[in-house]
Amino acid sequence: MSWQVEVDEQTCLGSGMCAALAPEWFSLDGEHATPVATEVEPHEILLDAADSCPAMAITVSDGGKEIGPRP
Amino acid sequence: MTTTQTEPLAYPFNEEEGLALNEAYAAAREGEGMIRVQLPYGEPAWLATRYADARLVLGDNRFSRALAREHDSPRHTPGNNSTGILAMDPPDHTRLRTLVAKAFTMRRVEELRPRVRDLAAELVRDMVAAGEPVDLVENFALPLPVAVICELLGVPVSDRPKFRAWSDAALSTSSLTAEEFDASREELRAYMRGLIEAHRVTPADDLMTALIEARDVRDRLTELELVDLCVGILIAGHETTASQIPNFVYVLLDHPERWNELRENPDLIPAAVEELLRFVPLGAGAGFPRYAKEDIEVGGVLVKAGEPVLVAVGAANRDALQFDSPEKLVFTRESSQHLGFGHGVHHCLGAPLARLELQEALRALLSELPGLKLAGDIKWKNQMLVRGARTMPVGW
Repeated sequence: MSWQVEVDEQTCLGSGMCAALAPEWFSLDGEHATPVATEVEPHEILLDAADSCPAMAITVSDGGKEIGPRP
Repeated sequence: MTTTQTEPLAYPFNEEEGLALNEAYAAAREGEGMIRVQLPYGEPAWLATRYADARLVLGDNRFSRALAREHDSPRHTPGNNSTGILAMDPPDHTRLRTLVAKAFTMRRVEELRPRVRDLAAELVRDMVAAGEPVDLVENFALPLPVAVICELLGVPVSDRPKFRAWSDAALSTSSLTAEEFDASREELRAYMRGLIEAHRVTPADDLMTALIEARDVRDRLTELELVDLCVGILIAGHETTASQIPNFVYVLLDHPERWNELRENPDLIPAAVEELLRFVPLGAGAGFPRYAKEDIEVGGVLVKAGEPVLVAVGAANRDALQFDSPEKLVFTRESSQHLGFGHGVHHCLGAPLARLELQEALRALLSELPGLKLAGDIKWKNQMLVRGARTMPVGW
């Protein structure tokens, strides 16, 4: 079982939140953050990153079902 | 520059009056390595002034805010006041931040726009009714963000005179002794504890009630964390915006061609807010030092584990390597990526709300008072971490 992680580069503001919080999962080299891998092992910190993103640009899904950001 | 700097430079550099960026920053940014600075209290620190260096220090988890508590950290006041969410590292920081982050996302904040627009319009109407000259700070810049954050958090807006005094003390760099500072902080905490108890008895549809539920039902934070989080949201939720509204007006009146550009094309207001956030060096000087957790190279200097670095955001925001013609106010930059809200895990929690308030504040002034002008001398705040007008008489 794996989760899918996406960063919407249209809405990403480059705040650096995700890359600082979860550097193993997100990087910010240019203006927008990108996930290091799109298919990843489930980890709570991915949901934290999706919840904390000021632009709500991060989506985490599990088999097509959106699980982050949490409601 | 080949000589080695031996004595740290006295810091902060900036004048308290006006919004100029002291020329010592440009010298530091363009020189080699990083300079050493000495704040009024605590140990000397490195000063990061380039954009790339600033982003590295703010965004790399090899730097810590929490370690400041264990050191004689560089600071503006005698007491070592490293408390609250800005003094935490992940995962503690993450635990608290995720509890409140959702209240401040762009989507949630956007729902507040009609309310903020109405408030701004109402305040301008009251100013016009009072007749010029009017103090823009007391009658517009303060009441707007105060009303918004009070409604959002669940604090009676009529208590503004009370928490303004505590807020001033919290951000003051004046000669408050450590005891006086602590006393003021405890008064503010006691005030907030009272509001929290009232919310426990009578819950409401507000952020304080949601945070109380996170504590009482889900045990996600301690009572003191709950109190300090509410205090932090109340102060950070109005002080900086209240300072930036007059600051932006001051800069725009100093650039009449830019003011007219916005009058003719209000669609540029969001871009103008971003540019003004870049352009205005809000802080009287960098604070909130980051401590290296391991040896790490920054701007050609090896920062050793346990050494603090201060980040001069105002200087980084004028780095020509990142921004073309950085000393110019330009509303048509292709991208901004300014550091006005910081960067990394401590990137301003309320940034979307601040943006919205600043946009609506400018919109109301530009449309209703297009002939806005200064109508007397500005009195600047002094001995505060955040620069801005204390009073700003305006006419129209």
